[in-house]
Amino acid sequence: MEISSSQFKHCDVVTITGRLDSFTAPKLSDELGKINDQNRFKIILDFTNLDFISSAGLRVLIAGLKNCKRYNRGELVVAGLSPSIRSVFELAGFHRIFKIFPDVLSAVGSF
Amino acid sequence: MSCQRWGHSNLFPMPTRTFAGVYASLAEIAEFVRFSIKDSTITATDQFSLETAVDEAVSNIIEHAYQGENKGTIRSQVNIGKESIKIILEDHGKPFDPSCIPVPSLHGKLKNRQNHGLGYYMMCQLVDDVTFDFNDKRNRLTLVKKFKKSV
Repeated sequence: MEISSSQFKHCDVVTITGRLDSFTAPKLSDELGKINDQNRFKIILDFTNLDFISSAGLRVLIAGLKNCKRYNRGELVVAGLSPSIRSVFELAGFHRIFKIFPDVLSAVGSF
Repeated sequence: MSCQRWGHSNLFPMPTRTFAGVYASLAEIAEFVRFSIKDSTITATDQFSLETAVDEAVSNIIEHAYQGENKGTIRSQVNIGKESIKIILEDHGKPFDPSCIPVPSLHGKLKNRQNHGLGYYMMCQLVDDVTFDFNDKRNRLTLVKKFKKSV
């Protein structure tokens, strides 16, 4: 998995490429923690190039969402889900609790 | 063994490989499964489901059976039959009792959603059959994904 972050005026975009599983999920958790440590809580996860996500990846997402939304200080949203990744979101019921955008541009516009 | 039994030509024995019980093995096991079933009639969607179920199963073995990384190995076998693909995973860790796992809430509010409990649920939802078998020497988990019937 490769991970990179870009800071914008109103939000941060974290781009994940490859697999998000039990081996790689801690890396995403660390990245979200670093952004939160800068008191930044409006985050977009760009999943355009995400090939795979397991429950370990989903655990990081829900922990990140809870942390960002605490005290109404922000939001963690996802963008660019492939049909396969979307099906995992639906299986886990995550489509009910996450804001999902077709692409990063529309997600940035939501903040 | 008759190749006819498995519904394919003699190019399909039963690929078997043993992996280290570490999370870094997950991508290798996924690749092993993908390569082993590449000539079967499984759809891309079902292949993704099977790979996800295998990933959850292996993660559970490392986390619950071995209770950590580098405690043992995981033997993986892929059987391609006429109507289904069967993945057999064997480990030598602590037996895993699936009845102890609560069904996760998928409809609750965010504050009530647990960070754990999804893996076993997802594994069971993504394949057609999940079987656990334990004895003194090893634990065996069998996942079965049936081929879609052509219309």
